[in-house]
Amino acid sequence: MKTCLVVDDSGVVRKIARRIVEQMNFRVIEAEDGSKALEACRRSFPDAILLDWNMPVMDGFEFICQLRRMPGGDAPKVVFCTTENGMDHIARALEAGANEYIMKPFDKDIVAAKFQEVGLVEAILT
Amino acid sequence: MTPPDYEYLRKLLRDQSGLDLSTDKQYLIESRLLPLARKAGLSGIGDLVQKMKGGSAALITQVVEAMTTNETFFFRDKVPFDHFRDTIMPAMLKARAARKSLRIWCAAGSTGQEPYSLAMCLKEIGAALSGWRVEILATDLSQEVLEKSRSGIYSQFEVQRGLPIQMLVKYFKQIGELWQINPDIRAMVQHRQLNLLHDFAGLGNFDVIFCRNVLIYFDQDTKSNIFGRLARTMEPDGFLVLGAAETVVGLTEAFKPIADRRGLYQPNDARLARPPAHAAAPKLAIAAGG
Repeated sequence: MKTCLVVDDSGVVRKIARRIVEQMNFRVIEAEDGSKALEACRRSFPDAILLDWNMPVMDGFEFICQLRRMPGGDAPKVVFCTTENGMDHIARALEAGANEYIMKPFDKDIVAAKFQEVGLVEAILT
Repeated sequence: MTPPDYEYLRKLLRDQSGLDLSTDKQYLIESRLLPLARKAGLSGIGDLVQKMKGGSAALITQVVEAMTTNETFFFRDKVPFDHFRDTIMPAMLKARAARKSLRIWCAAGSTGQEPYSLAMCLKEIGAALSGWRVEILATDLSQEVLEKSRSGIYSQFEVQRGLPIQMLVKYFKQIGELWQINPDIRAMVQHRQLNLLHDFAGLGNFDVIFCRNVLIYFDQDTKSNIFGRLARTMEPDGFLVLGAAETVVGLTEAFKPIADRRGLYQPNDARLARPPAHAAAPKLAIAAGG
């Protein structure tokens, strides 16, 4: 079973994301900020990371920069999931090594489409 | 869904929108109405029908809209666009090398996601197409959806379904909360209002036709008739792309499936394709998107 690390400071968002990702047959780990997420990655790398941008302690941008510098840290597929919806933020995220980008609000279809895009799940025909 | 519930919905949709569902479209109703029923806090189609019979006008409107709305997104189903890039275009680059021109028709262009997805695919091909004249014609029954397609403006929600983020960055500009596809991509697509039930021979000949998720709304005779006419507007070595749940099998001899390429067809021999002896009076179609 693939693993997904859900990183968001909002417990409500984590709960919604968990439900969506679990439906897609992932085992879910949660972290409430970038620093906790790094700890989780030091224990073992997940297959996917659903990543908020604005969080206390360490934000999502700082997290991905540090993650991508870790040995083996290029492996997890990182999908930003944030209210930051400007082109400048998207471009910065991609340069820092993000694989995909979701602009909140999000739903099951969007998460599924993005996970499919980066090869985490198989194509679903509509 | 019970047969009486299905009949109730069929009749209601026919009366309210002209949508003519054949007797075997339970899956279509379920896929469109179950999400709506759940959103309304109902357990299923049965409860939904009960509530509609109880006279909920708002719910009836929602049901009609859910059944007739063009659901479409960028790179819908992905596979047809893989076929376009990996099978159709390599064949066409070779076959049209002397002529250096290509005509593509999106026969249910809807709000533009399909024709613009093809336009972006062509952009990605890049240098191999330099000096080529490529035309993408998008037609639809509805003027309203064509207007939206022409504008090339999409909501944040619409650009997130099927469109890779790199393509959003590359081919779109942000306008407030909305996103508009760049002028050079928009300029690649021509728009025209068209009912597939009417004669379309005047459009000329095409090398590639995308006709996805629209024929499902027609009865068998009408489908056969349209396949025959599509074949006659196609180059003999052209390609037809149908929706994921669609097939020509049992409907026409005009096209043959291509092995290992789901949804992809070529004319059998377009010049020999004949219309059925008595084409049935076509039933009304609704706009649908690929």
